[in-house]
Amino acid sequence: MNITYIILIPIIPFVIFLFLGVFYKRIKPAVSGYVGVFGLLASAILSFYAAYQYFFVHGKVDGVYQTFLKKSVWMNFTDTLHIDMGILIDPISVMMLVVVSVVSLMVHIYSRGYMKGDEGYTKFFAFLGLFTFSMYGLVLATNLFQIYIFWELVGVSSYLLIGYYYTKTSAIAAAKKAFIVTRFADFGFLIGIMIIGYYTGTFDFETLNNPEGSAIMNWAATSFMGLSVITWALIFIFIGGAGKSAMFPLHIWLPDAMEGPTPVSALIHAATMVVAGVFLVARLFPMFYFVEDGFVLKIVAYVGAFSALFAAIIAITQTDIKRVLAFSTMSQLGYMMLALGVSGYEGHEGVGYMASMFHLFTHAMFKALLFLGAGSVIHAVHSNYLKDMGGLRRYMPITNITFLIAALAIAGVPPLAGFWSKDEILVAAYEHNKLIYYVGLFVAGLTAFYMFRLYFSIFWRKDTSYEKKPKESPLSMTFPLLVLAVLSVVSGFIPFSEFVTADKAGFEAHLNYPLAVIATTVGIIGIILAWIFYKKENNLSDKYARDFGPLYKWACDKFYFDEIYMFVTKKILFKRVSAPIAKFDKQVVDGTMNGIGNKTVLISQKIKGIQSGKVQDYAFAFVVGIVVIALVFIYLWTN
Amino acid sequence: MIEGITIYELLTLTTIIFFIGVYGFLTRTNLISMLISVELILNASVVNFVIINKYLYPDMLQGVFFSIFIIAVAAAETALAISIIINLYRQISSVEVKDTEIMKH
Repeated sequence: MNITYIILIPIIPFVIFLFLGVFYKRIKPAVSGYVGVFGLLASAILSFYAAYQYFFVHGKVDGVYQTFLKKSVWMNFTDTLHIDMGILIDPISVMMLVVVSVVSLMVHIYSRGYMKGDEGYTKFFAFLGLFTFSMYGLVLATNLFQIYIFWELVGVSSYLLIGYYYTKTSAIAAAKKAFIVTRFADFGFLIGIMIIGYYTGTFDFETLNNPEGSAIMNWAATSFMGLSVITWALIFIFIGGAGKSAMFPLHIWLPDAMEGPTPVSALIHAATMVVAGVFLVARLFPMFYFVEDGFVLKIVAYVGAFSALFAAIIAITQTDIKRVLAFSTMSQLGYMMLALGVSGYEGHEGVGYMASMFHLFTHAMFKALLFLGAGSVIHAVHSNYLKDMGGLRRYMPITNITFLIAALAIAGVPPLAGFWSKDEILVAAYEHNKLIYYVGLFVAGLTAFYMFRLYFSIFWRKDTSYEKKPKESPLSMTFPLLVLAVLSVVSGFIPFSEFVTADKAGFEAHLNYPLAVIATTVGIIGIILAWIFYKKENNLSDKYARDFGPLYKWACDKFYFDEIYMFVTKKILFKRVSAPIAKFDKQVVDGTMNGIGNKTVLISQKIKGIQSGKVQDYAFAFVVGIVVIALVFIYLWTN
Repeated sequence: MIEGITIYELLTLTTIIFFIGVYGFLTRTNLISMLISVELILNASVVNFVIINKYLYPDMLQGVFFSIFIIAVAAAETALAISIIINLYRQISSVEVKDTEIMKH
């Protein structure tokens, strides 16, 4: 299979970024919007062509999907250890190409309407181009170091876009928080990469992921504190992934990241960048599975399950619609993680892996749709808060319908996309770990509840009287909504298990009817509860909130995690650790250096007088010198 | 070779002229006077060349030639020094040595 043209897919957004970035003062907003949209359209077409070529024409040999590589050496350390740059084509990278290109294209189209009249319109599209380029590079990376480079690049573009409204203090704080928290996690990732490079002598996914390869076969060679060093490396790598994917306890940046423009939230903080952590675990899945009999995978599963539950509980209490969606994203990412965690490797055993990727795919569609719908609502009423909304179905019919479709999809109502992928996840969890299955089932109910709480509160409930009548958004915004709504309906019917599996062989997945019925029932119960509570204006919800008392308050304040972090950093780290170190640095280290400098100045001031600038002084010194030398010579010769 | 005068007397004379020049160079406050002192030093050495040639190697001429070279070079050097002093005068309206201290900066 000829994969040279695939390099164009990331190059196009990069060129757009450079073009818009360099000429950003000279380009008219209308032009930059079209440049972004058509560039992304080209790269989306190429992605689809690549996916078609890979999945249906050239990819399969003897029933197994092959891996295609194209790379060149970038940095040479030893004969075996070198960093390459290149592209790697296998089922998950092709799938991610499709996800990123579709969502990015839709967000570009949407932004033309949403950002209209904004001062930094061109800059916004330039940043979107940079982000899309980095994300493509991340999914196509051939080795750990390359993925790390693009990993940081998406972090930077996320930082730039969260802080896009740079005159708002909260946006700046959120951008810094997102960058620092993920950067902190990436430090773990880097340590993991170093350990892997040192003990296995390679960074290449090809070599690392080979189940018969030396990296996996020799995992037990060296151990440290009761675990293999490779296990430690994987734990550190998972910390990096957890930071990007907002897993507990590194989730605190994601809700704040909603300060960015809504299209950005849809693209980066719902559909693509935040799934990078899931993608990373999936990318190294054979290592996670075989090393130490899947010890790290268990951690992944429990962290994922806990994050899913934790975030879903918080999501019920939030009143900022974007924050609800942010916690929902975190919860769904937890779902993907737990699916990976309970997955096996071969054939039907690997249903968790397949389900995770499937859910990643469908979630990208309906969560992007939810965010874009929320953006449309915010655009119309100019507020993020539920109290300012209500009864909007009369004013915004298209947004209403598409939002409903997305909400049904995420709640797992058949036959929409979320139902199929969530069902597979629950099947995988049921087969491997009952505890996680029950958590997952409970979260499914909570998801349906908070999602419909949101839906009813925005579009039904009371008839808020608006000062300015809200209008349906322009076509540039509703068109992506409609496209994504269609995708949210149909993407569930893709037979994912034939395309994306852990061992790349594909298997026949069946719907497990009892489990599907249970999950759907739970989802529908959630929806009905939300209907009772929020369809009409009443004080039921307030009453129950009071009944839950402190629990409600805790959840509303996000279990005080921000405060805990603040306490740990400000009161303990800054005061007890950093301040003494700073003092030491200022007084001892700087003191020594300043002392040396001051003494030099002092001495030079003392001896400066010699250089009087008077010619005759110099001449006198010269003559005296000559006389002395003459006397010395005379003395030497006469003896 | 002058009858009745020994080389010692002549060398003593040039040494005296030389040190008068050095003394003048060190003590004069005026750049022009300093220049004249330098001329004295130079002349003392020129006379030395001639004396040593005449008294020690009467049938050779190198010393005399060297003295002519030195006179030529000294003339050029004086012209240069005078031009510098004139330029300096235009800048600071003075030819006093103490006023030229600013040049150290």
